Amino acid sequence: MTRSGRYQSIEVLGERVLDFVKDTGRFGLFLLMSGFYALVPPYEFKGIVAQIRFIGSRSLFLVVTAGTFIGMVVALQFHDTLVRFGSVGLLGSAVGLSLVRELAPVITGLLVIGRAGSAICSEIGIMRVEHQIDALECMAIDPYRYLIVPRLVAGIISVPLLGAVFIVCGILGGWFVGVVLFGVNQGAYFQGMYETVTGDDLAMGFVKFLLFGILLVWICSAKGFFLHLDPKGAFGAEGLGRTTTNAVVLSSILLLFFDYLISALMV
Amino acid sequence: MRRINTELAVGLFIILGVGCLTFLAVKMGNLRVNHADSYPVQASFASISGLREGAFVEVAGVRVGRVTGIALDHKTYAAEVTMSIDNRVRLQEDAIASVRSTGIIGDKFVKITPGGSDVYLQPGESLLDTEPSISLEELISKYIFQGKD
Repeated sequence: MTRSGRYQSIEVLGERVLDFVKDTGRFGLFLLMSGFYALVPPYEFKGIVAQIRFIGSRSLFLVVTAGTFIGMVVALQFHDTLVRFGSVGLLGSAVGLSLVRELAPVITGLLVIGRAGSAICSEIGIMRVEHQIDALECMAIDPYRYLIVPRLVAGIISVPLLGAVFIVCGILGGWFVGVVLFGVNQGAYFQGMYETVTGDDLAMGFVKFLLFGILLVWICSAKGFFLHLDPKGAFGAEGLGRTTTNAVVLSSILLLFFDYLISALMV
Repeated sequence: MRRINTELAVGLFIILGVGCLTFLAVKMGNLRVNHADSYPVQASFASISGLREGAFVEVAGVRVGRVTGIALDHKTYAAEVTMSIDNRVRLQEDAIASVRSTGIIGDKFVKITPGGSDVYLQPGESLLDTEPSISLEELISKYIFQGKD
């Protein structure tokens, strides 16, 4: 890289912008390719099942624990607030709505990014560093079809299911705190919830789950897959660590951004 | 200890997830498995402010159906409400439909007071006697401003 001293800062700016545009285009093409191969047979069923186990089944314990405690703490906080207005009967509605529309999608998404997304990124990154992906290409095995599609499909299947488990656990956690500990009427809790939470709220929750499932697998696997193209030369242990961190940060930020966007569009 | 194989782990996860999903869809999404056990009834109201699709229809406090559709009649500017009522409940043609709410900030619902007629409503027919939704704000403003006329 030869830089004349006078225009150096402008050149740095241009380089950054070019890198950003290249990255965005590469990631977009990556998603298009993966989506295309996910729809065109032959399907990699064995790989999909293995990835559902990794992304879904293994996250179950974490999601059940998180869901229960989030439900409990939401019920605790809302109970304290609603008591001041004398409308404790709305506890079920408040817990149900906040879980279905916002808390379950965001927290499930962030948990799965932390648990599975980071592992996906480093796994694929290691494969890139050790030239395993090149080896696959040499053997005429499409790395998209073999590595990315099973993870993408598993993400699309697993995240909504984990989210549903999260919501149910949250409702039960809220029930425990509201009804068992604070003595809110059980019928009011459940009936209020069933009446207030409508199909539209569920639709919003599940659009988020689906989108977050795609998003987190997409960003994390693309970061690992394009490890060798990192402008800072991330081709080694240190670079892999940095890339994994970047993948987690970027997918978390995008998740929160899209969360707001979907909420704003669907309200 | 026997190691759980992949297929079993995934199978259990899918069963649990789909179970939770079905529970949510049936309980909250009002997804009805069987549509045949109810019939539609129409009613037009002067105001249904606050009533939403999916709200309950009650007779004597017992739930007998749901609001399935809300539309505006462009000629009379009345609210056309479609309700689906449980087949076992037969309504007289002079039954009164009124929009009520559960408490001050509670959900709105349609209350049906049975009439005395021998003629029962057929599916798709309209209830003629209706009471609009009571607006607390209007009541308060009436009370506040009544002395100034």
